Amino acid sequence: MTDRPLSKRERLKIDRQEMPTSDAAERSRSFTEVNVGFTEQIALLEAQRCLDCKRATCVDGCPVSVDIPSFMGEIERGDLAAAARILFADNSLPAVTGRVCPQETQCEALCVRGRKGAPVAIGHLERFIADWARGHHHDDVAAVEPSGRRVAVIGAGPGGLTAAGELSRRGHAVTVFEALHLPGGVLSYGIPEFRLPNEIVMDEVRRLEALGVQIECNVVIGRTYTLEDLQAGFDAVFVSVGAGLPMFLDIPGEGLKGVYSANEYLTRINLMQSYAFPDANTPVLHGDRVVVIGGGNVAIDAVRTALRLGAHEATIVYRRGRNELPARVEEVSHADEEGVRFQLQVSPLAIEGNDERWVTGVRCVDTELGEPDESGRRRPMPIEGSERVIPCDTVVVAVGTRANPLLTSASPNLAVTNRGYLIADDRGMTNLPGVFAGGDIVRGSATVILAMGDGKRIAGTIDEYLHATAVTIDSHRRRVMSEKGLGTW
Amino acid sequence: MNDQQNTWVMAASGHEVITNTQLSQDVHKLVVTAPRVAAARLPGQFVIVRLGDGAERIPLTIADSNAENGTIVLVVQAVGKSTSDLVGLSAGDHIHDVVGPLGRPSDLVVEGTVVCVAGGVGAAVMYPIAQGLAALGADVITVLGARTAASVVYADELAALGELILCTDDGTAGRTGFVTDALADLLGKRPAAVVYAAGPVPMMRAVAAVTQPRDVRTIVSLNPIMVDGTGMCGGCRVTVDGKMRFACVDGPEFDAHGVDFDELDDRLGTYREFERQAMTHVCRSAG
Repeated sequence: MTDRPLSKRERLKIDRQEMPTSDAAERSRSFTEVNVGFTEQIALLEAQRCLDCKRATCVDGCPVSVDIPSFMGEIERGDLAAAARILFADNSLPAVTGRVCPQETQCEALCVRGRKGAPVAIGHLERFIADWARGHHHDDVAAVEPSGRRVAVIGAGPGGLTAAGELSRRGHAVTVFEALHLPGGVLSYGIPEFRLPNEIVMDEVRRLEALGVQIECNVVIGRTYTLEDLQAGFDAVFVSVGAGLPMFLDIPGEGLKGVYSANEYLTRINLMQSYAFPDANTPVLHGDRVVVIGGGNVAIDAVRTALRLGAHEATIVYRRGRNELPARVEEVSHADEEGVRFQLQVSPLAIEGNDERWVTGVRCVDTELGEPDESGRRRPMPIEGSERVIPCDTVVVAVGTRANPLLTSASPNLAVTNRGYLIADDRGMTNLPGVFAGGDIVRGSATVILAMGDGKRIAGTIDEYLHATAVTIDSHRRRVMSEKGLGTW
Repeated sequence: MNDQQNTWVMAASGHEVITNTQLSQDVHKLVVTAPRVAAARLPGQFVIVRLGDGAERIPLTIADSNAENGTIVLVVQAVGKSTSDLVGLSAGDHIHDVVGPLGRPSDLVVEGTVVCVAGGVGAAVMYPIAQGLAALGADVITVLGARTAASVVYADELAALGELILCTDDGTAGRTGFVTDALADLLGKRPAAVVYAAGPVPMMRAVAAVTQPRDVRTIVSLNPIMVDGTGMCGGCRVTVDGKMRFACVDGPEFDAHGVDFDELDDRLGTYREFERQAMTHVCRSAG
């Protein structure tokens, strides 16, 4: 690159810039965001570390294929608006992914700078540009010729919102149906304020609305409308309902008072704002000693939330070791700094309670790691004689989710696996013509960015499908649309 | 939070309260605009309402509906801050969010005599079930109980569907005593194919205890703590036949003889202290 002032050698001399964070002791008692964000100066330095590789392997690591070297180049040139245009062209929710993507296993894992030293902080720079764009009311709304086609998206989570944005940019009229009273899915009810402020999610949603996406909250497909209603009223349907149902451990004591699923615990706090009780009316138990069972991002979110609600002890109980924790590395290190206790290679056997059926502790056993199991992770084996009770008053179970039967049970023609997940072909189409599916309801519990990757990819195949099929507005369709209140033509 | 200003919320909001009728000291009947719910609902289903900013999500049985007018009927007992806020609404006020219909529709069994047992505000939960049964031609007998005459609700509506046996604890209306006594007498005289029950947990537990030795199939409509109502939170988990079930997606109706009522009753008390605090907070703010 001739327009870059620095030589490769000079670039190699720059060390990876640290993300500024708020003070660990203070932040562990408040819901303000932990990562403060790069300044323009830090961002410029970090962008200068990019070697602008001819073969940009980092892009291969990105589920939505962001053109990383180009937006790095624009940051370096100081044209932040141009950087934002590049970013938004590939990624509908960059302010979100810049905060919650596991970059260390994606783009940054493939950055050549990581072979000797630290990779370029691609995620932090993505967040920097997305936040800059929010502050500068940058929008990428370009007038598109309306296609005259209607697409229904079920679920306003990361996958659905991404697909909605992509389809809308291609001129299709998109309506997103959301069961909760706010859009965002896991971004709203799950990921806490200190990691992803709700206002950022709502900003991203407003941007999609500016593109023409319609979002209808409080509509449950499978109950309020059936999938068949949507098939009649729309030219294509994208099912992105997430996995949904929380799993429990099937151990004694899960019916005691003081036991939550992570979904319930986080929903009460993030979506229902129960931290502000009684000003907000939804209560949540403020545990003094909280045990969170699990080692994924959701578990780490829950345990750090417990600290912020005033817990004196907030403990992760995970049956494998530190290296096996599925959570993002940054979250684990933030949790460490904040004083979260990790009981690793410890497996829960039962939740114990008192006469009034309030939780008093978790009976556990230590484990040693055996041979890798079918998931490729080493199987935890209980160590005889190591049983003990970890005293606590609140238990949060964060061991994953399974498929929600609500939509599928109402649409028996929709093909599902024996575990209830939807079956889709390589275009993302289910066995029903025009009905596509992606995200957790197809792949099982995964990440925000993988759902977004599905949303982006399948929006493309939906677009192809719409071009290949004729517009049919027959009397049946008109009748369903008007009778069901699904809009008029 | 300023979600009142957000267009996507506004688009789906505006559930107008058409009428608010006081049925007893603390029970009100609200007719609310919710055309999509009114068009889709079946007996046994419920909605979740959220009054507005900062309000709780409250599950309420759809007592009745009028698809033509696009309205549903909600019967609310003021037991805490959130339900008190709801019964305090006037005609013309709006409920911000109404989502539904939720839950599986009732399994309507139309064979022989069907006995519907309801206690207190459970009468409004039982009404759509009895209505559905009667519409299918079932021989419906309703046993309706309340603490005292003044707290009886939905007696006329239920009487219009078939025989009504009214019971009050203090004998101020109908026969004196609990619904379970009346039910035991009834089952002693007339065989019933199925018994439905809705009301306070101790009542439903007692009904199950009456019907189990007689081997009469019994279906209860459960009312556990719930947040989202779509299977996502698991707060409404109940133990039925030793297995964990979610009332919102697997219920709310279950086979009474398999339900762990002790656990249900206990878990309903999780936030008792918070309820007290919320009410005190209101009194202070108002005072």
